[in-house]
Amino acid sequence: MIPPSFTYARATSVDEALALAAEHGEDAKYLAGGQSLLPLMKLRFAAPTVLIDLGRVAELSYIRDEGTYVAIGALTRHHDVAHSELLAADIPLLAATAEAVGDPQIRHRGTIGGSVAHADAAADLPATLLALDATFVVKGPDGTRSVPAAEFFKGIFETALEPGELLTEIQVPKPAKPSAWSFQKFNKRAIDFAMVGVAVQGGSVALINMGSTPLRATAVESALASGASIADAAQLAAEGTNAGADIHASKAYREHLARVLTRRALEEAAARA
Amino acid sequence: MKVELTVNGKDITADVEDRTLLVHFLRDVANLTATNIGCDTTSCGACTVLLDGESVKSCTVLAAQADGRSVTTLEGLASEDGTMHAVQRAFHEEHGLQCGYCTPGMVMAITSLLKENPSPTEAQVRQGIEGNICRCTGYHNIVRAALAAAEASK
Repeated sequence: MIPPSFTYARATSVDEALALAAEHGEDAKYLAGGQSLLPLMKLRFAAPTVLIDLGRVAELSYIRDEGTYVAIGALTRHHDVAHSELLAADIPLLAATAEAVGDPQIRHRGTIGGSVAHADAAADLPATLLALDATFVVKGPDGTRSVPAAEFFKGIFETALEPGELLTEIQVPKPAKPSAWSFQKFNKRAIDFAMVGVAVQGGSVALINMGSTPLRATAVESALASGASIADAAQLAAEGTNAGADIHASKAYREHLARVLTRRALEEAAARA
Repeated sequence: MKVELTVNGKDITADVEDRTLLVHFLRDVANLTATNIGCDTTSCGACTVLLDGESVKSCTVLAAQADGRSVTTLEGLASEDGTMHAVQRAFHEEHGLQCGYCTPGMVMAITSLLKENPSPTEAQVRQGIEGNICRCTGYHNIVRAALAAAEASK
């Protein structure tokens, strides 16, 4: 399969990327690692007329210790997030989630910012970043702004990013107890997107593919905070969700998976802590 | 657009459409057809090649993205005198293939894996080839070949 025709433009800096986006307008799309966008284009689900390749914007590939939080450049690859010693020590949930994305080939190309900006409801990293209360730094023609993860994801493939804006950095607060984490994902093949997934950090619980965006399991979190047992709290995992049905699973089955995976995740996080 | 790649150590320059995929550049421009197209949807791994030494699925990389970089295909693994690479030899000796269609991608994925982790456990090998599908389901001998190649390279 061959993607529809487009014009390829290459940016080598953030400023150049923003200038190209301003020049080409809404028909242009940023290309990070391309591991989600190119397959969609080959299926003709997406047909941007200009692709702005960010692959050589080296200034956006870094993982930096900022004391209370870790700053990750948007173009940092999953492979590098997964193998970061800093993250392994301070935010192991994030490193483990990156290692769970796709397969080694995809992790060699795909980027954390690409995954966040693409905003697939079944993607792994957005839910983990939601559980970790990450903040996304966005640059646009009018300057820089910060968007909390809880306000960033608006719908399927829809985010708070305005046309021409570029996600540049992801800031992840270091959890009080890094070891109290778990990442659970249920799929048929290793490379598939999650049918349902759960990211747990301490008392924070986020769900993958239980609605059009990653969701916090607020009923579970409140129950845990008021002293409920893990088993009782996990029973509330499907509350407030809006899972879809497709060839892989019915809505009821997804709700069942959410409860089971949440219980497993909370148990694992508690055992690790 | 003009794309300049170093493929298996040789410089190849061509004027191609912007939308040209790396796998098409390799097969149709460089005439290197060991790299197979399987699913064409980033799932099966048959088209795996090394980009600057790391495994990627060449059906999901634009030739333009690889411009100026170095690509290794299965054809580039053996030495000039024809001596097989350790992973190739292990596939031969452990009977790591049945129909052979997934083999080029498997060999490249395992070559990349062993570069990152020269002494993997069996579980790590199985996880390392999670992006490669063998529809003969010949995984057992593929895993044995990967472990044998790791052992032979010590």
